[in-house]
Amino acid sequence: MTDVIRTPPSGIRLEGVRKRFPGGVDAVRGVDLDVSPGEFMVLVGPSGCGKSTLLRMIAGLEETSGGRIMLGDKDVTTELPQQRDVAMVFQSYALYPRMTVRKNLGFGLRMRGAGSAERERRVVEVAEVLGLSHLLDRRPAALSGGQRQRVAMGRAIVREPKVFLMDEPLSNLDAKLRVSMRAQLSLLHKRLGVTTVYVTHDQIEAMTLGQRVAVLRDGSLQQCDTPQNLFHRPVNLFVAAFIGSPSMNFVRATVSDGFVHFAGVSVPLPASASGSSGSSLAGASGAVSSVAASGSAVGSASGAASGSAVGSASVAASVAGPVILGIRPTALSVPSAGGPGVRLTVVPDLVEDLGDERYVIFELDAERVDTDATRAAVDATTADDALLVPDAERARFTARLPADAPVAVGEPLDLTVDPDRLHLFDPATGNALR
Amino acid sequence: MSTAIRSRSAPWVTTAKYVALFALLVFFLLPVYALLVTALKDPSEVSVTRMWELPGSLSFASFTAVWPKLQDGFVNSVMLAVPASVLSAVLGAMNGFVLSKWRFPGADFVFPLILFGMFSPYQAILIPMVQVMSDAGLRGGLDGLILVHVIYGLPITTLIFRSYFAGISDEIIEAAKVDGAGMLRTFFFVALPVAPPAFAVAMIWQFTSAWNDFLFGAVLTNRDYWPITIALNNIAGGQTVPFNEAMASALLACLPTVAVYVILGRFFMRGLMAGALKG
Repeated sequence: MTDVIRTPPSGIRLEGVRKRFPGGVDAVRGVDLDVSPGEFMVLVGPSGCGKSTLLRMIAGLEETSGGRIMLGDKDVTTELPQQRDVAMVFQSYALYPRMTVRKNLGFGLRMRGAGSAERERRVVEVAEVLGLSHLLDRRPAALSGGQRQRVAMGRAIVREPKVFLMDEPLSNLDAKLRVSMRAQLSLLHKRLGVTTVYVTHDQIEAMTLGQRVAVLRDGSLQQCDTPQNLFHRPVNLFVAAFIGSPSMNFVRATVSDGFVHFAGVSVPLPASASGSSGSSLAGASGAVSSVAASGSAVGSASGAASGSAVGSASVAASVAGPVILGIRPTALSVPSAGGPGVRLTVVPDLVEDLGDERYVIFELDAERVDTDATRAAVDATTADDALLVPDAERARFTARLPADAPVAVGEPLDLTVDPDRLHLFDPATGNALR
Repeated sequence: MSTAIRSRSAPWVTTAKYVALFALLVFFLLPVYALLVTALKDPSEVSVTRMWELPGSLSFASFTAVWPKLQDGFVNSVMLAVPASVLSAVLGAMNGFVLSKWRFPGADFVFPLILFGMFSPYQAILIPMVQVMSDAGLRGGLDGLILVHVIYGLPITTLIFRSYFAGISDEIIEAAKVDGAGMLRTFFFVALPVAPPAFAVAMIWQFTSAWNDFLFGAVLTNRDYWPITIALNNIAGGQTVPFNEAMASALLACLPTVAVYVILGRFFMRGLMAGALKG
């Protein structure tokens, strides 16, 4: 294919960018972010986290209340959108209704003073890449949703901008089309190599599209990292709860003598696990001892069948006290016969059969973790927002098991916990402890 | 077997509703009927006693009789109402665009101020207005009258366009900004092409009010520039003028507003925004 975009991509640097709306709402509170040239960066977070505002500030559609925005080497903080060399794809596509596809595509070039021959050449070229050649003389009203989406994309590409900004461009497509468009978008980015900042609230979209993903909450950057690192090394409770589907399971637990105790089970912590950040917990544990009292007071009625500790003897004793324990649904598995690992006997309340895998949902005999961070991750504002039957006081876990796992609702089931995949969080700050 | 959806009220209730509606319709149309039949009667047939009778034969004699007296006023009114409504709509479109899509600090203060003009009655401003227009040397001709109608129309046309543009997605305006268009080019290339329905409403309104105006025309123009409403008054107001001529003049005088409504009315319902958004 032809080299559609010839301008070299440029990076974006945000330095302490802040946005305070009139009326005193702080939408963005000092974000530092570096997007490398050619990178696909995804901004993700629950609604109201400031991701769209941040994108609109990069586009110049919102003024900044503080900080600097650099496009390449140029400070564009005070420039108008039309002066910045960025292109934007909007959620609603925002095509010009009275213009044909050809004019829609060429509008940006026309406004920037390109001659009509040059314009026509570029429009035809881009239309070819996006398969719009036969639609050039139609109005947007005569296009399907997917075609409109492509015109919106083409309008951005045709200008050969330094940066693409995309504001939830797939959210108006239906689920199946969205998945295939997601892959197409990745391919397109590989071909064009333009620096892209993409906003979404959908963490799956973020993980699949982003080379790096920036997770935002309440206008603050929580973590900006590769999808792998976000998933395996979340820096705090919020990121852990937000990334991953089904979500990470949380339970209040206590750590002592190198074991983490919850719901009547004790799982040994890997030796390396607690070394580095143990001191921070030691500092925090005093302050939160009241939380610890209720959080760790777990009975041993249902889940304690084989709670005895097995496994590694070498233990770092520096983490101690109450923690919030996070376990990914994939870190729970059906034990192989006689295999090692800590066993947990549970009674499934619900089995969701997805064909090649099953989500098994069960209750643990431990208090449900309900913090601001875990609520925010599911867009809930009050404790029972995300509950249909808000009587559950106990922690509810999901395990992701293979489809052939012998599971039945109401029948006790043994699960093992992978000790290497435990996530510990400080109950006071929510920061990761390992 | 068909299962039609039907009202549960008894049949006589429905019948009664329609009878009542029909009675009101007849009552409403009676003057129109009188206007039409009287204007089209032969002058010899016209009398108070035979007012409600249909004409024996169609005759345009009344029209030919009054036209010479109306002609100048008719031309003056066209020269007045067309520019007054076009200018007022164009300025209103600009106001409306800026007040809804290109907002500036203080827009929320300026808009109510403009709207205020809608609520100040003609009579209250009449004397100072005549004074100002005289001082400015704009009294007597049509230009001053046009200016007054343009200004007096601005509040309503601004309101019409502001509401209309408010219905356009902000994202389209933002897309134009990011595409490199400034305020004027966004207005001309993006906002104006979708505005014909608002133009239709604003022009119908403005044309009608400029055409029907009597007061401003009477105080601001000389005999040579009298609009048709004054000519009509002179014909219909006289004691000796036969009914048929009064009716024919009235009919002639209201034709242009009807024509404007018929011509522009079809733009009302057109979905000019179709396809711009997700759909």
